[in-house]
Amino acid sequence: MKSSFRAIRLLVVAAALFLVVGAASLANAGSQAKVTINVAALRPGSSADAQKQFDDNVALFEKQHPNIAVKPVEYAWNGATFAAQLAAGRLPTVFTVPFTDARTLGEHRQVADITAGVKKWAYYKKFQKTIIAEATTSKGRIIGVPYAAYAQALHYNRQLFKQAGLDPNKPPTTWAQLRKYAKQISQRTGAAGYAQMGLNDNTAGWIATTVAYTLGGRMEQGRGANATATLNSPFTVQALNLLKQMRWTDKSMGSTFDYTWPTINQAFAAGKIGMFINGSDIYTFLVQAANLDPKIYGIAPLPLAKQKNAGVMGGGSIAVVRPDTKGAKLNAALQWIDFFYMEKLIKKPAALRDARILVANQQPVGVPAFPIFNKVQYDRANSWIKSYINVPIKQMNPFLKGIFKQNLYPEPAASTQSVYHALDPVVQAVFADKNANVSALLAQANDVAQKAIREGK
Amino acid sequence: MISGDSTRAGEPVAIGGAAVTRPRVRGRFSPLDWVRRGGLSAVAFALPMLVIFTAFSWYPITRLVVLSLQTTNLVDPPSWVGLQNFRDVLNDPLFMTALKNTAYFALLALLFGFPIPLIAAVLISESRRFRGAYSALAYLPVVIPPVVGVMLWRYVFYEPSSVGLFNTVLGWFHMGPYGWLQSTGTAMPALVVESTWANAGTTVIIYLAALMSVDRDLYDAASVDGANLWRKVWHVTVPQIRGVLLVMFMLQIIGTAQVFLEPYLFTSGGPANATLTLLLLVYQYAFGNSIGVGFGQAAALSLMVAVFLAIFSLVFLRLTRSWSTT
Repeated sequence: MKSSFRAIRLLVVAAALFLVVGAASLANAGSQAKVTINVAALRPGSSADAQKQFDDNVALFEKQHPNIAVKPVEYAWNGATFAAQLAAGRLPTVFTVPFTDARTLGEHRQVADITAGVKKWAYYKKFQKTIIAEATTSKGRIIGVPYAAYAQALHYNRQLFKQAGLDPNKPPTTWAQLRKYAKQISQRTGAAGYAQMGLNDNTAGWIATTVAYTLGGRMEQGRGANATATLNSPFTVQALNLLKQMRWTDKSMGSTFDYTWPTINQAFAAGKIGMFINGSDIYTFLVQAANLDPKIYGIAPLPLAKQKNAGVMGGGSIAVVRPDTKGAKLNAALQWIDFFYMEKLIKKPAALRDARILVANQQPVGVPAFPIFNKVQYDRANSWIKSYINVPIKQMNPFLKGIFKQNLYPEPAASTQSVYHALDPVVQAVFADKNANVSALLAQANDVAQKAIREGK
Repeated sequence: MISGDSTRAGEPVAIGGAAVTRPRVRGRFSPLDWVRRGGLSAVAFALPMLVIFTAFSWYPITRLVVLSLQTTNLVDPPSWVGLQNFRDVLNDPLFMTALKNTAYFALLALLFGFPIPLIAAVLISESRRFRGAYSALAYLPVVIPPVVGVMLWRYVFYEPSSVGLFNTVLGWFHMGPYGWLQSTGTAMPALVVESTWANAGTTVIIYLAALMSVDRDLYDAASVDGANLWRKVWHVTVPQIRGVLLVMFMLQIIGTAQVFLEPYLFTSGGPANATLTLLLLVYQYAFGNSIGVGFGQAAALSLMVAVFLAIFSLVFLRLTRSWSTT
C-alpha cells in the first residue's frame, strides 16, 4: 500500500514538473516568437545609396532585436493615399505624417494611441512642450512621436544670384528686397526670380499662410471646432498682393504657376528658380531625389515684417503607428521608432552610428533642422557628429545664424488642411487673373474654411 | 400540353395556312423535367457571369448606396446619417461650380468631339488607296496610355514657357507665350482639345464601320440625280448611319459627364476651380482630406451623377425612338 502511495506521489510530482517545464518552455517560445513590422522607408525614386543606408539601419536593428523582423516599404506622405490605404488596411505598421495632419488623425482615432509606451521612455519629459503638443489629442492622448522639426525658409540658387550680380552670401532680409532681387534674377538670367507652390493640393494655401505669418497674420483664432477663421485679414491680403505684384507687375515669377511640393523642388534643383519657400530640411530630398548640385544651394531665414506677431511658421514630421496595432507588434513598432528616429537625437553612440551610416552611403549629414527637445540638446547632438557633417554648412550660414533669432509659430491648429485648401483657389486666381479681387476672394475662402472648422473636417 | 404532342407551348403552329401562337399552358413544375430540359446547363453557363456581376457591379453599387447614407472615419463602424450627405453636397458652393464646369466641358466636347471624328471618318471612307493607313493614324492616340498622352500635351504642347510647341509657333508671329493650363479662360478648352485628340480614334473607327455598311448603290443613284458631296452626306450618309450617330451622341454625353482623367492630371481642378468637374469633386470629397471623412458625400454625389445619367439615357432613348434605326 505504502509503495503504491509512493508511486502515485512520484507520478504526481513528475506530472507537475512536466507541466511546469512545459509551461515555461511554452512561455519562453512565446516571448521569442518573431514579430514582423512593416516600416515606412524612403520616398519612391530615392537613390541606391539612400536605400542602402536605410537597409544598413534595418540590419543593425534586427541584430539588436532578434525577435523583430523589419520589412521596409517605400513611402511618401500623401493625404489621398493615406485615406485609401487606411480604408484598405494597407498602411505600414510605422509611418510618418506631417505636423499638419497628426492631431486631426489622432482625434479621428486613425492612428494608434501610444501614450503608455512613449511615457516609459526616459527622454519623454525632455520634449519641447510645443513640439509634443503636435502629437497630442485634445484628450491628452499621445498618438505619435515628433522626430524632426523645421522652420519655413527661403531657399535660393547661389549660381543665379552671382549671374544676376547679387552677393550669394547676402540673401534678402526684407520682402521689398526679395522682390527687387527676384526681378533682377529674372531679367538678367531668364530664370524665375521667385516661384511659389500653386497647385490646389493644399500646398498653394500652405505657402500663402507662411507668407502671411511673416507679415504678422494668422489664419484662425481659438481652438478646435470653436476656432474663428481669419483668412481675410489685412495680412493675407498684403501677402497675396505682394504675389500679384511679382507675378503681373514685375513679371519675375517665370511661366509656371502650378508647382507643387516635389515639382518645385525638382525645378529648383534643375536651376530654373532663383528663390522659393519650403521647409528648412528639404536639402535631403533635393540631394536624394532631385539630384541637386550642392554648390548652387543657399538657404536663409524668411524676411519678417516689423509687426508684433510676425514670425516663421514651423512644421515637422511625426512617426505614428497604424490604428489596429496591438501587443507585441505595438512594442516592436515603438522600439523601431526609438531606434531609427529618436536615439540619434539623444544618445551619442546612436548619433555617431547614424552619421557613419549616412556618410558611408553618401547621404547628407547636418541638414538644418529645429530642436525637438531644446537648443542645448540640439547643439550637443550636432557637436557629436561635427566631423561627419558633409552638407555645405558655410552656404547655410545665413539661415543657421538667423533662424534662432526669429519667433517660430505652429501651423493653424483646427482643420489645417481644409484651411489651406480654402486658400488654394485664391492663390491660383492671383496667378491666373491680374485683376483678381483679392479681398472678395479671401472673404469667400474664409466662409469655406469656417464651415470646415465648424464641422471638424 | 397534350401528351405526345411534339409542338411545345408558345411555339407557332400553322392553322389554315397562317402561323398563330398557341397559348402557353402552365403545367406543374417538375425539377426532374427542368433538369432534363437543360436547366442545369443554363445555370452553369450563367453562373460565372452572375458571380462576376455580383462581385464587381451589383455589390459595389449596393455598397455605394449604403455608403451614401453613412458617415465613417474608416476605422470605427460607420454610422447612419440619413440624407445628410446629399444635403451637404447640394449646399456645397463647389457643387454648382463643378456642375457648370462639367456642362461646359460636355458642350465643348460636343462641339469639337462629335463632328470631328465624323468628318474624319467620311474623308477616310472616301479615300481608296490609303484607307488602312489613315485609319491606323486616326486610331494611334487611343493606343497611347492616357497618362502618357496627358504628360505629352502638358510638357510638349501646353508648356507655358516659350519652348512649348504651341508657344513656339505663336512666337513666330510675335504672340505669347501663354499659360494654356494656367488661365481660367483657356484651361478648359485646352483639356477638351487633348481629350478629343485622345478619344476620337475609337469614334472614327465606329463611324467608318457604319459608313462601310451604307449601300454604294445609294450614292450611285444620288450621283445620277446630280447630288454633290455635301448632298450625298446629308441625304444618304447621315440618314443611313443615324442609329450609330444617336448612340454615339448619348455615349459622348455620358462620357463627358464623367470626365476625370484630364482635369485630375492636367490641372487638379484649377486654376481657381476653373476645371473642377463633378467626378473630380467626388475624388476631392473622398481623398482630398487625409482623414477621409468625406466618403459619404463622395458616394452621394456619385449616386446623383449615376441617377441623372440613367434618367438622361431613358429620356434620350424615348425622344429619339422614332429616328433610331434599331
